[in-house]
Amino acid sequence: MGLEPDVLRGLSVEEARNIHVGIAEYQVARSPHRLLTLGLGSCVGVALYDPVARIGGLAHVMLPDSKQFRSGGKPAKFADLGVAVLVKELQRAGSRNGRMVAKLAGGAQMFFGNNRAMQMAIGERNVEAVRKALKELGIKIAAEDVGGSVGRTISLDTSDGLLTIRTLGQPVRVI
Amino acid sequence: MKISSTKIDILQEIGNIGVGNAATALAHLLQTKVNMRVPRATFLDLKEAITLIGGVEKQVVCVNLRVEGDVPATILYIFDQPSACALVDLLLGQKRGTTTALDEMGYSAVMEIGNIMTGSFTGAIAEMTGLQLVPSVPALAHDMLGAIFATAVAASGYAEDQVLCIQTSFVGMQNQDRMDSHFIMLPEVESLDRLFAALGVVTETQVSGVDCNRM
Repeated sequence: MGLEPDVLRGLSVEEARNIHVGIAEYQVARSPHRLLTLGLGSCVGVALYDPVARIGGLAHVMLPDSKQFRSGGKPAKFADLGVAVLVKELQRAGSRNGRMVAKLAGGAQMFFGNNRAMQMAIGERNVEAVRKALKELGIKIAAEDVGGSVGRTISLDTSDGLLTIRTLGQPVRVI
Repeated sequence: MKISSTKIDILQEIGNIGVGNAATALAHLLQTKVNMRVPRATFLDLKEAITLIGGVEKQVVCVNLRVEGDVPATILYIFDQPSACALVDLLLGQKRGTTTALDEMGYSAVMEIGNIMTGSFTGAIAEMTGLQLVPSVPALAHDMLGAIFATAVAASGYAEDQVLCIQTSFVGMQNQDRMDSHFIMLPEVESLDRLFAALGVVTETQVSGVDCNRM
């Protein structure tokens, strides 16, 4: 995926950009840019923030465990690989583990009805797997907006670490 | 994942027969004309598939059915909000415009449409191949397309960056009512050999292998 070099330069607030993070992808950026990911359903948006260096990272995780699959693809697709990759990328940009805090959003149950899409409880398992991966790396979770049955679009402001959550038909939340 | 261009053609033809039957069932059910596009079978990454259907944040209603048996697959029917409402009015024999938002009754009507169409789809393929296809009961979601589609793929247990989509759209027309729907079948690629074998396609002599990941 690689970092976009210019989003790691410090810029004035007026130059803040929205950097989109696709499904199963991750990005890191320095203040004042915003990291954005659209349409989280059972997927989990993992936002990491270092308030001292004012560096943020965002991953769009889709599945809990890479070890259940033979062929996987992108590491950020899985909670167990994606969180570690994101942490490493923040460190490379100048952040330190002890300063990073995490915020999570997503992990919803999108389908109702009694079929496999329900029984898999994939959202719940994604959230659990992300929590576990963060705990193993000693990163505290500062806030969460997880579960429920709504899709979420989220945006991490790297100037203050606030995570804005938009859903259809509900007021905007900031955590 | 490799699959020959011949097999892609066969999947498109299977899709054509299956969805053709499903569209006919819908036309009978609603007493209306239904037009459908010729299905395409392609490997798409999630972003491409979502863009094709209407974009990440588009509000949609999606019916999700799992097919088990010899040809495991996930089948999705995706309607935009006005189309879903028009479908409910037609199915319940109500005056156009009666349904403006979907309630429990509306959701259950849309799920029933998915049920009936999938029954026709799997029935046609079973009859043609002699294979067993067992559709599950439907599940439904009403939210952003991106959130729904990624969830359906994850719940199907697909981990590859690209998924095989047999995709088409159909339109039901009655007076000024227009109902657009997308049909998407996500087959388990590893299990498709049984389908090809039943149709007399020999898997071992795959000479003209096309790497569909690069398409």
